[in-house]
Amino acid sequence: MATVSGVLTWSVLIGTSVLCYAIKVVGYVVPARWLSHPRLQRINTLIPAVLLSALVVAQAFTHQTHVVLDHRAAGLAAAVAALVARAPFPVVVIAAAVTSALVYRLG
Amino acid sequence: MSRRTIRDATSVAVTVGAYGVAFGAASVAAGFSVLQTSLFSLVTFTGASQFAAVGVVAAGGAGLSAIVAASLLSTRNALYSLQMAPLLEAEGWKRFLAAHLTIDESTNVGLAQAGEGLVAVRQGFWLTGAGVFIFWNLFTLVGAWGAKSLGNPAAWGLDAAVPAAFLGLLWPRLTSARTRTIAAVAVIFSLALTPVLPSGTPIIASVVVAVVAGWRP
Repeated sequence: MATVSGVLTWSVLIGTSVLCYAIKVVGYVVPARWLSHPRLQRINTLIPAVLLSALVVAQAFTHQTHVVLDHRAAGLAAAVAALVARAPFPVVVIAAAVTSALVYRLG
Repeated sequence: MSRRTIRDATSVAVTVGAYGVAFGAASVAAGFSVLQTSLFSLVTFTGASQFAAVGVVAAGGAGLSAIVAASLLSTRNALYSLQMAPLLEAEGWKRFLAAHLTIDESTNVGLAQAGEGLVAVRQGFWLTGAGVFIFWNLFTLVGAWGAKSLGNPAAWGLDAAVPAAFLGLLWPRLTSARTRTIAAVAVIFSLALTPVLPSGTPIIASVVVAVVAGWRP
């Protein structure tokens, strides 16, 4: 288990919860035209794809500020294979975990 | 309530709820307690953002980076609430409950019932939102307890399960050549920034790619 400070985990939990809820409430309380600018909508629809891509990179190929290639990359390769084979989400995650754990224990 | 609405809502609620196992495990592996992990699913209740918050912490990022990454990932919920507000016409406290349940699944199942009328849209939204909430929280607890009893996350592949979960969320979005190109640019961009920026911030910086790509139609 990673050891991180309680102050860090609680502040992340509270900060994320407050901001994510505020964002959800916005559409119910502000006039529609505020968020209907086409440029804002275009950028907003692209945000999940770029953030998720960056999160995959951060989780699979980095350690602190270093780019690394380790057991997690093998796990991710298994996930790609499962996705290409149109496997359901739990199979994708389990395939990655099993492959990564095998490489980690053999390594 | 039509059978189609019930079928759509329950199948989505159970399937998506099962992702909660992956979140629960990822959160505990990142160093959050079982209580904090459960509170994430109860209070934050927007899956990709929850994964992002614990993911940045797991990567050694600062708390602020985790909060910003999670919030940016949830900005689409503002557009969902904008779409749902005139359809739900919720008043008083129901409006704030509707906001809490405004996520990818409830919005999309709700809007998918449009052919059957406004009542079906509302039923689809509320049923899916409530169903995902119940299953997401139950499965989060299962994943959190499971990870807690396993110990070293790497020995069980939990550290690879998290990027795999992100990839699973990303994959269905890569439907056009343009999105695939933008995702590839974001990958290269964040890899290039990793050695020069503090941990966690390359994730936030990747938003620049979305701003540049979306600036012009």
